[in-house]
Amino acid sequence: MKHPDFDVLVIGGGHAGAEAADAAARLGARTALITLRRDAIGVMSCNPAIGGLGKGHLVREIDAMDGLMGCAADRAGIQFRLLNRRKGPAVQGPRAQADRQVYRETMQRLLGTRAGLDIVEGEVTDLIMHGDRVSGVELADGSQITAGAVVLTTGTFLRGVIHIGDERRPGGRMGDKPSVRLAERIDGFDLPLGRLKTGTPPRLDGRTIDWGALASQPGDDDPTLFSFLSQTPFLRQVACGITHTNERTHEIIRDNLGRSAMYGGHIDGVGPRYCPSIEDKVIRFADKTSHQIFLEPEGLNDSTVYPNGISTSLPQDVQAEYVHSIAGLENTRIVQPGYAIEYDYVDPRALTASLALKDVPGLFLAGQINGTTGYEEAAAQGLVAGLNAALSVQGREPALFTRTESYIGVMIDDLITRGVSEPYRMFTSRAEFRLSLRADNADQRLTPMAEALGCVGDDRRRVFNDKMDALTDARARLDAFSLTPKQVAAVGIRINADGQRRSGFDLLAFPDVGFADLRPLDPGLCDVPGPIAEQLERDALYANYIRRQHEDVAAMRRDEAQAIPDDFDYAGLSGLSNELKTKLSLVRPATLGQAGRVEGMTPAGLTLILAQLRRMERKTA
Amino acid sequence: METIYALATARGKAGLGVIRLSGPRACAAASVLCGSLPPVRQAGLRRLRDSDGNSLDDALVIWFQSGASFTGEEVAELHCHGSRAIISAVLRALSGIAGLRLAEPGEFTRRALENERLDLAQVEGLSDLIEAETEMQRRQALRVLEGAIGKRAETWRADLVRAAALLEATIDFVDEDVPVDVAPEVLDLLDRVRSELEREAAGVAVAERIRDGFEVAIVGAPNVGKSTLLNALAGREAAITSEHAGTTRDVIEVRMDLGGLPVTVLDTAGLREAGDAVEEIGIDRAKQRAGAADLRVFLLDETGSTVGLEPGPDDIVIRGKADLLADGSGVSGKTGQGIGDLVAQITARLEGRAARAATVTRERHRVAVIRALASIDAAWNQVSRGSESSELAAEDLRAAIRALDSLVGRVDVEHILDEIFASFCLGK
Repeated sequence: MKHPDFDVLVIGGGHAGAEAADAAARLGARTALITLRRDAIGVMSCNPAIGGLGKGHLVREIDAMDGLMGCAADRAGIQFRLLNRRKGPAVQGPRAQADRQVYRETMQRLLGTRAGLDIVEGEVTDLIMHGDRVSGVELADGSQITAGAVVLTTGTFLRGVIHIGDERRPGGRMGDKPSVRLAERIDGFDLPLGRLKTGTPPRLDGRTIDWGALASQPGDDDPTLFSFLSQTPFLRQVACGITHTNERTHEIIRDNLGRSAMYGGHIDGVGPRYCPSIEDKVIRFADKTSHQIFLEPEGLNDSTVYPNGISTSLPQDVQAEYVHSIAGLENTRIVQPGYAIEYDYVDPRALTASLALKDVPGLFLAGQINGTTGYEEAAAQGLVAGLNAALSVQGREPALFTRTESYIGVMIDDLITRGVSEPYRMFTSRAEFRLSLRADNADQRLTPMAEALGCVGDDRRRVFNDKMDALTDARARLDAFSLTPKQVAAVGIRINADGQRRSGFDLLAFPDVGFADLRPLDPGLCDVPGPIAEQLERDALYANYIRRQHEDVAAMRRDEAQAIPDDFDYAGLSGLSNELKTKLSLVRPATLGQAGRVEGMTPAGLTLILAQLRRMERKTA
Repeated sequence: METIYALATARGKAGLGVIRLSGPRACAAASVLCGSLPPVRQAGLRRLRDSDGNSLDDALVIWFQSGASFTGEEVAELHCHGSRAIISAVLRALSGIAGLRLAEPGEFTRRALENERLDLAQVEGLSDLIEAETEMQRRQALRVLEGAIGKRAETWRADLVRAAALLEATIDFVDEDVPVDVAPEVLDLLDRVRSELEREAAGVAVAERIRDGFEVAIVGAPNVGKSTLLNALAGREAAITSEHAGTTRDVIEVRMDLGGLPVTVLDTAGLREAGDAVEEIGIDRAKQRAGAADLRVFLLDETGSTVGLEPGPDDIVIRGKADLLADGSGVSGKTGQGIGDLVAQITARLEGRAARAATVTRERHRVAVIRALASIDAAWNQVSRGSESSELAAEDLRAAIRALDSLVGRVDVEHILDEIFASFCLGK
């Protein structure tokens, strides 16, 4: 067989595609990113913001793996806010409004300068098959590109339909054309598909908004950025406006419900409950007379404003009418109407933890096509798929992310084990080990893994190693103490006189004790840099809880270490209910841990699977 | 690795009851009860005492080193006398030792498998065993849900899910239009669940409700001596713990301790062609209750008819009013003739189905309730400290819900999200 043109091909230049291509190239795979338009790489097609709760965690983790999203978001950030600033660090999530143009340009620059990565403009119309294996792509001009693995990150292109009122047209995001033949090829794989929908609000001309009449929300005074490599914002910082819908707005919407694509019966897909259209809000929460709208600027040199909170599939004239009923927007011009989009997704239970399709060798899927929503969820999957596509071509072991170590692992496991019933979005509540999986320690959790894989650049390696050295040093100083309550009381820290000796780290775990309180105990602590001291405070804060979770973590790791072969015969296992057999056969869990998370699984059932595994081992031994 | 313990022999009255401990603290825990351990792999007679020094039993104690035991871990076995009271007391004493928890069904086997301690023949035989265990779990779960505790467990679940949803909403949707101060409602919910659980833990409800393992129905034609038999059973063999008319006027329930087993005996309406509509309802109920009971005692009159009900293979069919017979067969509530035999038959058959309920289930629930209470207290304290520590409150609440898993059913993040999305208008 002819040597393939590339190791890894990534189809699509959205958030998943960009991260996938970059990750594959960083692992040394010869990579090509194929996109319809080079200048559309890194486009933010929905709201101009990155991060948030759960999502900010994902961005930090991508950054810890030396991915792109955190750096690009920092470069483009025009308003940084750390959500839950007044709560504990485990549930703080960095978020930023981004200048869309700067974000896009940064992404294009970063990818353009990545060694080993080619960017190819073209429309992929088909996959080249070699037996049942995907071995490349065919472009609209008839040319072919061969590769060892292909990552498909084509968002909503599978039977994407855009709805504006009763108007509808086929399309991915606004302005993009769907590739019909490629969709037919994917149909031919007979993958389980489902249908979802999502919506966007009308975009407004910020020059026609009466800002003076509106409240505003500024960013944090002391901005928290995404990347562990960034210190301060790069761009001028701005505020968002806040306005509200009112009774009149709701009346207009109610009067025109029949003309909404969603309520007129034109849409079958399931939409996200956490991001309902304004139609949904007005109907489902009829007793609320007002809903909040954030007016988010799309850039420093862009007058477009994204009104977050009023996504819709009403016809254009109704959109104009209800927008004009809102305070501050009486004379506002709509730049682009809001629309709903319906699309097919591949049931992610057809994927492995590498995001490879179980039944189509050589093909990886990442992003919205797997039933997720959000830039961050897409980018994190892109990272996983890109790394694993490269590793598979290099004949190396897959890079697996686990629930005990990362939000990325939580998301992948949720997707491939539970599937989705609405567009999947990350929340911190999805992570059972939330107290350990924090945005602040994403580098401590993941950068060593990235280093072992070999996808970390020199800058990050240096910054990370310096930080770890400083942390280890300071931690050793804290652990070196062993003080009685009396000795502790001598420096003004009040604890119970229980006779227990405590280390500096133990003391730091008390809610009212900070690093500064410990300095009198060891003058050497004065040399510990501020960020390092803060990091230790955060580690200590949860130490007792994390210790208690230790057994759970260990049990989960043990179960994750027990692999189940892909061809395991559940049907022939007596003692399992038929319902459970069906579910297990569909999910085909890769480990005993994953099997345990299949809905309805019992401890006895797990023992049964384990017994069968042992039996199989002995027969082959 | 946690150390687990459980009754390894079948529940019910027996000569011996073996309690097995496995894990790194097995020996340490066993010696808490028995003082000093005998040499490894040698049985020694020891007096078991609880933490207050009260004697529990004289038991044979034996232990095995890790690597040379059934599970592959350090294992200790307490061979106690097989009385239910003794077994309960020892299990309870173990539950108070730090680092120990009650084993999940099948967990010893699971550990043996993980440590490759089972030979091929044992592995081959496992699926039958586990099938039985799965079935047992299912029936236990059904029992809890259908029992009197089921409805209350439902409301605990709803309250806990609601409390978790409120906390999580303020964490995950802080940027949205959700209430800022959820503490009053969360504290109310926690208070409510806590006071109910405290009552359960105090033993009143759990002891009365969960332990009523078996139902035995006396059925037969009218006037074959069913009620007399019931009174005789109750009077002779045990104290009546409660007596009330059932849901229909015709089913009388009497809860009693029958040969060491907790049994509810049902006296049902005499089965015959109904004379009127009301009696017909009573007869239907009688048939229904009798059909659902664990065991039926068919009392026959001189016709020998089972009056339209088919006895199951385990059911007891016996002639009533034996005092009127000359041959000495049958049973008579009036003279007490044959009652000892009947009780022996009933308990023998019920013990055969011992896995079905009681001790272990009850102990499991008690441990669950106590663990949940500790976590609810912790959550309550965190919530009352303010929203700065809501992630800790949420963590404690999560632990409480997990502890109650066997009572309220599994609560998944999806259930909490469902509650959030149903309650708050999200999507700014």
